[in-house]
Amino acid sequence: MTEELDITETLDVTGVSCPIPVVKTKQATDGLSEGEILEVVATDSGSMSDIRGWAESTDGVTLLEQTEDGDEYRHYVEKTA
Amino acid sequence: MSTDASETADEMADRDEQSRQAANEHDVEALLERIEALESTVDAMEDGRKKMTIVATQGTFDMAYPPLILASTAAAFDWDVVVFHTFWGLDILHEDRELKLSAVGNPNMPVPNAIAAVPGMDRLTTRMMKNRIEKNDTATIDELVELSLEMGVDLQACQMTIELMDYDESDFYDGVTTGVGAATALEHMANSDVQLLV
Repeated sequence: MTEELDITETLDVTGVSCPIPVVKTKQATDGLSEGEILEVVATDSGSMSDIRGWAESTDGVTLLEQTEDGDEYRHYVEKTA
Repeated sequence: MSTDASETADEMADRDEQSRQAANEHDVEALLERIEALESTVDAMEDGRKKMTIVATQGTFDMAYPPLILASTAAAFDWDVVVFHTFWGLDILHEDRELKLSAVGNPNMPVPNAIAAVPGMDRLTTRMMKNRIEKNDTATIDELVELSLEMGVDLQACQMTIELMDYDESDFYDGVTTGVGAATALEHMANSDVQLLV
């Protein structure tokens, strides 16, 4: 599925932990237009739950997918409004 | 005569029915108006955003983290966030103040209380904690303050404490709100969905 996503921007938050991945993701999505997709690359295992929780209670964003590969966690967030 | 009387009775019944309908329509209209007024009041109260007020009273290195982490994260959720810093909590906003960790009275520190009270131990335990934070890639207090301000968190410094501690407002990070007191904090708390004392 990941290959099919048309990623607009990639945010690298590897090596930083809570709350930075969520806060930087918010800042990055603020700069996107409707329909654009942000890829977030993190190493914080808490980011799986945190980014999901953030996306669920934040208007204008949708979490499309999350993947886990070893110590690397990727999140795909679409700006919807 | 009897016909007339029955006509009159019918007319009276009609009139009653009409006035009942008119009264009902009037009631419904009044209720709709009331609902509309209440809805706009609720909208104004909610403002579409959740609100959080944190009162930060502690100025030790470890206790600076919870309010800053929650505040910056809540800002990422688009919440309207106020952190009211009072007493030692004011030291978090002091740009050049090195916050220290105290090992005294903390049974989770690997240092017995009798040794923790020795001069210089706070410096040592703080250095231990800072090393651990650096190793774990946790953000520094300085980074979290800057990030919170950047995200629109209102970091407020209690005016009474500023004067009590004889602090200079220019010692605080740029963007910190001064000239506020308990009434301002309470007013925001009363309208908040989340209120925390740290």
